[in-house]
Amino acid sequence: MGPPAGQVATHRELGLTDSEYERIVELLEREPNGVELAMFSLLWSEHCAYKHSRKLLGRLPTDGERVVMGPGENAGAVDVGNGYAVAFKVESHNHPSAVEPFQGAATGVGGILRDVFAIGARPIAILDSLRFGELDSERSRYLLDGAVAGIGHYGNSIGVPNVGGEIYFEAPYEQNCLINAMCVGLARTSEMVRAAAAGPGNLIVLMGASTGRDGIGGASVLASAELEAGDDAKRPTVQIGDPFEESKLLECCLELLNRGLLVSLQDLGAAGLTSSAGEMASAGGVGIDLDVRKVPLREADMEAFEIMVSESQERMLAVVEPPRLDEVVATCQRWQTGSAAIGEVTGGGHLRIFDAGEPVGDVPVSALVDECPLYDLEPAEPEGWMYSNEETLGTQVALSVGRSADAGDPSAILPALLASPSVASKRWAFEQYDSLVGSRTVRRPEQADAAVLMLPESERAIGISIDGNGRRVACDPYAGAVEAVLECAANLACVGAEPLGLTNCLNFGNPEKPNVAWQLDRAVSGLADACRKLGVPVVGGNVSLYNETGQGPIYPTPVVGMVGELPDPSRVPGMAPRDGDELLLVGPFAPSLAGSELAKLRGDLGPGLPALEISEVAAAIAFVRELARSGAASAIHDVSDGGLACALAEMAIAGGVGLGIELDPLVELRGASGETCLFGEGPGGFLVALPEASALKLVEEAAEGGVGALRIGSCDGERIVISAAEAEASVALEDAERAWRSLPSRVDPGR
Amino acid sequence: MTFGVLQFPGSCDERDALAACERVAEARLVWHEETDLAGIDAVVVPGGFSYGDYLRAGAIARFSPAMEAVAAFAAGGGPVLGICNGFQVLCEAGLLPGALLPNEELRFLCRQVELGYEGTDSPWASELSDGDALSIPVKHMSGRYFAPDDVLDELESSGRVAFRYAEGQNPNGSARDIAGVTNESGNVLGLMPHPEHAVDPLTGSADGLKLFSSVASLLAAA
Repeated sequence: MGPPAGQVATHRELGLTDSEYERIVELLEREPNGVELAMFSLLWSEHCAYKHSRKLLGRLPTDGERVVMGPGENAGAVDVGNGYAVAFKVESHNHPSAVEPFQGAATGVGGILRDVFAIGARPIAILDSLRFGELDSERSRYLLDGAVAGIGHYGNSIGVPNVGGEIYFEAPYEQNCLINAMCVGLARTSEMVRAAAAGPGNLIVLMGASTGRDGIGGASVLASAELEAGDDAKRPTVQIGDPFEESKLLECCLELLNRGLLVSLQDLGAAGLTSSAGEMASAGGVGIDLDVRKVPLREADMEAFEIMVSESQERMLAVVEPPRLDEVVATCQRWQTGSAAIGEVTGGGHLRIFDAGEPVGDVPVSALVDECPLYDLEPAEPEGWMYSNEETLGTQVALSVGRSADAGDPSAILPALLASPSVASKRWAFEQYDSLVGSRTVRRPEQADAAVLMLPESERAIGISIDGNGRRVACDPYAGAVEAVLECAANLACVGAEPLGLTNCLNFGNPEKPNVAWQLDRAVSGLADACRKLGVPVVGGNVSLYNETGQGPIYPTPVVGMVGELPDPSRVPGMAPRDGDELLLVGPFAPSLAGSELAKLRGDLGPGLPALEISEVAAAIAFVRELARSGAASAIHDVSDGGLACALAEMAIAGGVGLGIELDPLVELRGASGETCLFGEGPGGFLVALPEASALKLVEEAAEGGVGALRIGSCDGERIVISAAEAEASVALEDAERAWRSLPSRVDPGR
Repeated sequence: MTFGVLQFPGSCDERDALAACERVAEARLVWHEETDLAGIDAVVVPGGFSYGDYLRAGAIARFSPAMEAVAAFAAGGGPVLGICNGFQVLCEAGLLPGALLPNEELRFLCRQVELGYEGTDSPWASELSDGDALSIPVKHMSGRYFAPDDVLDELESSGRVAFRYAEGQNPNGSARDIAGVTNESGNVLGLMPHPEHAVDPLTGSADGLKLFSSVASLLAAA
C-alpha cells in the first residue's frame, strides 16, 4: 500500500512530533503508510488542528439571537431580516505572502471568498488587514507593493468590492508580514448549506480547477513553523491563483445551490482534499471513499499522496444525490468549469483512499479530524519590553516639516505623525481596489470610519470594519485586545451600525514559547470579555501562529472584523465637517502616550496600557450610534492612531476646512499634560461636528446618558490650530494634507 | 423597450448594468453563447474581465458568438454601449476606433472622476447637453485611450469624442483626456468610466443614469 519506502518523508520532516506519531500508530493500531502519514501530518498541523489554541478559543462567546451559523462552518452568519443572512469570516495568508507576496495575498483573497460562497452566500465585500515592516526597508516596500497588487488582482477580477481595511508598518513584521483578508457575503437564509456530508451512497463531486503539484504541504510546511532564511526555496509550496476560474466556480456553485442540486458543499483550502473530505465526513458522522485516479490532474504522474494534499486553488467539494449528477455536470459545463465524481459517502466512518480501485489508505475519520492531541500553553509574562525601540521622530519631522524644525514642537509633531505611514492616508493602496462593483457601497474607504453597504429588498444597510493595533496589544495583550473589539464597535457606531457578530484572526508568534503563550492567553481573554460586555457573538475566525523569525515574534496581533446593521443609509454621517460647524469630544476618552504612535516615534515604548472600564466605552458607543442614526451630526470620527490632533486633522482634510480647537477642558478633566491631550491615545473618544445651534442640546443629552461631551471648538479658516494648556499645534491645512497624503513617496522613494 | 446586457464568463458588472437598465426600461442578460438578439432594442457590453482577460483586455470576448450578433446589431444602427471592458471589447472588435492600453502608472485605479460631455449625436446622450459635467467612477487596469494622431484629429473634428476627463483628472494617461468615443454614426458608444455605478445619489452620484434614460426615452418615443 502507498508509495514505496524512501519516497515519502518521515513524520519529523512532515512536522509531526514523535509522540504525535505514536498516537497515530495507537489510533490506527498499525503503522501508517505514506499516504496516511501525509494526511495526518496536514490535518494534525497547527494550521488545521488548532492544537495550541483550541482550548483558549472555548472562552469566546458564540451565542446570539441573530446567529445563523457559528464557528465550525466555513463561515459564520447572522440574520439581517427579510429572509437574508450576512456571512463573514477573516483568514490569514501570512506565510505564503512573506515568501511570494502577490500570489500569497491573491490566493488569500481567493480562499476566503470560497469559504463564504461554500455556505451559499454571494460575496459582496472584501476587507483586508495588512502588516509590514517599516517602509524604509526595501523588503517591506516589495512585500507591500506585491500584496496590494495581489489583493487587487484577485478581488477586482472576480468582481467583489474591497471596501475597507487597514495597514500598519512596524519593525516586528519586517520578516513576517501579515495578510488577513475578510469576506462578507449575502445569502437567502433558506438557501444556505452546511459542510456536513450526508446520505451513504451519495456522490462526492470535485468541482473547479484541476489538481496539480502546487501548494503541496503549504499548511504544514509554511503555516505551522517559523520562517527561516532560505525560504525562497519554499516558493513551490505557495499556491497560484486564477480569479477567472474562481469567478466561474462561484457563479456555478451559487446556481447549483439555488436550484437545490447539492446536499452540501465545502471549499478546498489548506491540506486540500484531505481536509475537505475529512471535515465533511466528520461533520456528518459518515465515511467517504475517494479514488484519486478520478481526480482531474494537471500532471498525469502525480502520486496518490500528492493528490490528497495538493493545495491547488479554485476547487470545491460537493455531495450530490446520484440522480442529480447529470444536472450538476451539465451546469458545470455551462460555466466552463470542471466536475468529476471522485467517490461516495459511506456509512463506515472511515476515509478510504483508492488509486484506480486499489486501496492506498484507510483511516478512521475521527482519528484524522478529532483526535489530534491538544496542548496546554505554558504562559509566562515577559520581564520587560520584548521588542526593539528606535527613535525616529527627528527623521520624521525633518522629512515632513524640514531640517530646522524642533522635534519637541507640537506644530512639527503633528505633520510628522500625519506622515507616519501607519497614520497616513492609505489612498495609494485602496485606489488599487474596486470598491464599487455590486453598486451597494454607500461609504467607500476614507468617507467614514466603517464601510456601509446597502442590503437588498430593504431600506437598511450594514456597516463593516476591521481593526487590530498590534503595538498596543504588545504593550498589554489583554487591554490591547479589548481595545481592538472596542475600536471596531466604535467605527461601526460612527455610521450608526449596531454590531451583529464578530470574526477574528489571531496572529501570534510561536505558542510553544512562554512569552508568546502569555500574549495569546491574555489576548483571547480580552477578546472574550469585550465581546461579552458588548453582547457581540464570535461567529468564526482563524488562528495563525508561528509568525516569527530568528529576530523574534511579531507583535501579538488579534485582528477583529465586525458586521453591524443600521436602519437608514441615507442618514449616515461622513467624516467631513462643514464650515462653521461646532466640534465636540464625546465619550470617556482619557489620552495617554503609552503605546501611542508618538511613543513609537520617540523610541519610548514599554509594557502597560492604562486600565479601562469597558462598560463606560460601551455606553459612549451606544450614544454615538444613536446620534449617527438621528442624522443630527454632519460628521463623526473616532479618535484612534495619533490621538486627538490627528483625528481632528483628518476631519479638517476631509471637510477642506480649518479648525480652531481648545482642549483645556480635557486637560483639566483628565489631569493630563497638554502634549498628552494632543497626541495621546486610548479608547472611547469620538469627535462630533454639528451646527452650533445643536451643540448645547447634544451636551445635555450626553449628560443624561451618562456620557461626557466637551465643546472644544469650531470649523473655519485655513489652519488647524489645536491648543491644550502649554502645548499648541498650528499647521496650515494644505501642509497637513500634504503630510497625510505622503504615503506614495514613501512607497516609491524614487518619485 | 428592452436592454440586453451581455454576460461573458468573467464579467463583473453585468448585474449592476442590468439593474441600471431596469431603472428606466425592461432588461435581460444575454449569455455569451447566444446569437439571437430578437426583442432587444439596445445592447450594453458591461465591465469585468471577460474570459479572464489574460491575453489582452477584450481580445477573446470579441470572438464570442454574442459579439458577432452585436456587430450585426450595430451595423443595422442598433444602439450599443460598451463600458470599461465592454469599451475594450468594442475596440478589439473594430466597432470603435483606437485601443485601451495599460494605465500610465501600471496600476489598477478606482476613483470618482468628473467627465465633460461634448456634443455628439449618439442616442446614448440624447438627454445630455454640450458642456454637461458628470461625476462617474473609473476602475480599470487598462484604460489609457490611444489612437494615432490623425485618427484623434478626425474623431475630434467629426464630434465623436463624447466624454473627456475634466482638467487635471485624467486618471490613466489617455490621449487628449479622452474618456469615451462613438462610431461614425453615433449608435455605438464606448467609455471607460462606469455609468452603471452612478445611478443612485446614495452610492455617490446619479449622473450615469442619463446614458440609460437617453436611449430609453428616445426609443420609447420612436
